[in-house]
Amino acid sequence: MNLQQQYIALNVILVKEIRRFIRIWVQTILPAVITMSLYFVIFGNLIGSQLNDIHGFKYIDYIVPGIILMAIINNSYANVVSSFFSAKFQRHVEELLVSPMPNYLIIIGYVSGGVARGLIVGLAVTVVATFFIQIPFANIPVTLLAVVLTSVLFSLGGFINAVYAKSFDDISIIPTFVLTPLTYLGGIFYSVDMLPGFWQSVSLVNPILYMINAARYGMLGVSDINIDIALGMIILFVILLFLLALYLLNKGVGIRS
Amino acid sequence: MYALSIRDLTKTYKGGIQALRGVDLDIPEGDFFALLGPNGAGKSTTIGIICSLVNKSSGTVKVFEHDIDTDLELAKSCIGLVPQEFNFNQFEPVEEIVAGQAGYYGIDRKTASQRAEKYLKQLSLWDKRRSMARELSGGMKRRLMIARALIHEPRLLILDEPTAGVDIEIRRSMWKFLKEINQQGTTIILTTHYLEEAENLCRNIAIINNGKTVESTEMKSLLKQLHVETFILQLRGPLSKVPNIDGFEIRQLDEHTLEIDVKQEKTINEVFSVLMQEGIVVESMRNKSNRLEELFINMVEKQTL
Repeated sequence: MNLQQQYIALNVILVKEIRRFIRIWVQTILPAVITMSLYFVIFGNLIGSQLNDIHGFKYIDYIVPGIILMAIINNSYANVVSSFFSAKFQRHVEELLVSPMPNYLIIIGYVSGGVARGLIVGLAVTVVATFFIQIPFANIPVTLLAVVLTSVLFSLGGFINAVYAKSFDDISIIPTFVLTPLTYLGGIFYSVDMLPGFWQSVSLVNPILYMINAARYGMLGVSDINIDIALGMIILFVILLFLLALYLLNKGVGIRS
Repeated sequence: MYALSIRDLTKTYKGGIQALRGVDLDIPEGDFFALLGPNGAGKSTTIGIICSLVNKSSGTVKVFEHDIDTDLELAKSCIGLVPQEFNFNQFEPVEEIVAGQAGYYGIDRKTASQRAEKYLKQLSLWDKRRSMARELSGGMKRRLMIARALIHEPRLLILDEPTAGVDIEIRRSMWKFLKEINQQGTTIILTTHYLEEAENLCRNIAIINNGKTVESTEMKSLLKQLHVETFILQLRGPLSKVPNIDGFEIRQLDEHTLEIDVKQEKTINEVFSVLMQEGIVVESMRNKSNRLEELFINMVEKQTL
């Protein structure tokens, strides 16, 4: 396939993916907006008003970047894992497998769909957040880089989960037992400086810590982690997961007998 | 040039099940080819390997000279597949399934829409273009998969039991359509359990059993291997006595029906001339069973023993 043909093929996957989550927006977009609004009201306004400032920011201001990023992480992941597993389950993934599309293009197509949903939900949550606080957006390029890379990373994670999944139970195990704990322990609601020394070191092996701090640096201008290291870690994880996804697809793991 | 050339193809699934033990096939360009075999013989595994849905264990597969090990993209672009099981998104409209498939081959939207209209009209699905796939009947779903397989105008069309569960009227209209496609130059490989279908449509045939090619030849020469054919004659009047004709074995099934075995060196004309002399009027005649079916069963049984 030449470049133009690859662009057409990629566009078909992306449009199908966007149509899919827009058609069921009540299940895909609305829940995140409602849940995150509750976080703003309960943790931000009600409980947050009783807490001290963190790094010079009111508590609600401090947690907003993490909450926006959590919505992006969950939705990017959920979009790809459910869509690709459904394609496997209904066997219409075979439409792609018999076509001359290169495997990397299939991955990019599904990941683009995940990023599209992640960013739409992220934007919606950001709009809701502006009802509660004024986000300063200290560094817009870093903000965009952090949210897009995080979305790409978790879309890749969703893709790999879907490749291995054999049942619908398998696509909820990772989000429930891995993703949610890592997100909550990644410093959305606190600064790692507040943890005892040992737990600060443990937190450093949590990749989500780097993403939340990169987003916080972009939006508020403060971070527990050096921003170059934070962005470098995200890019490293993106490359590693992309290579893993490509390897699995080339080998046919979970999709070819 | 061969549309498809397979050498010593083997496949062992995880768990040690050996589905293919050395399949060899050569299918000339423009052919209408029947790939037959009992359930579990390895037909679908072979097709799966050709279309990259199954990983092979060893052997070579070339599609119009493109080796699937080295030229996979080019090989894939030559193939259109109609699989045995429905494998489209049940929640997608018919036209989107067909036009979307064109996109996966890099065909622009305008051309894809024009072709989708052409094939959906030819397969009598145009009225259903906006319906969700899950709303279609079984026969319509099969035709949808044919339209989808043709959307990139492949040189080789592979149909894995395309008429399974389809009523006779639709089956015949599908035969007519496939014959036209083949006459326009598309090579067709067909697997089916309706041997009448293979006999009517295909010029060449291969029989696979236990993961091996048992026979690969012209349909005509295969049918010549049938030494005895059995015909059923329906008579106008009641028969009082079974006529005795030299060299033929004749059995009376009821007072209006005769069953006659005709050896390869004999002709049915000899039977008719004797019946006419005796004033017996034949109203209709048919084969007792499909000729290919008899050969197929013989070959498969021989292999199994």
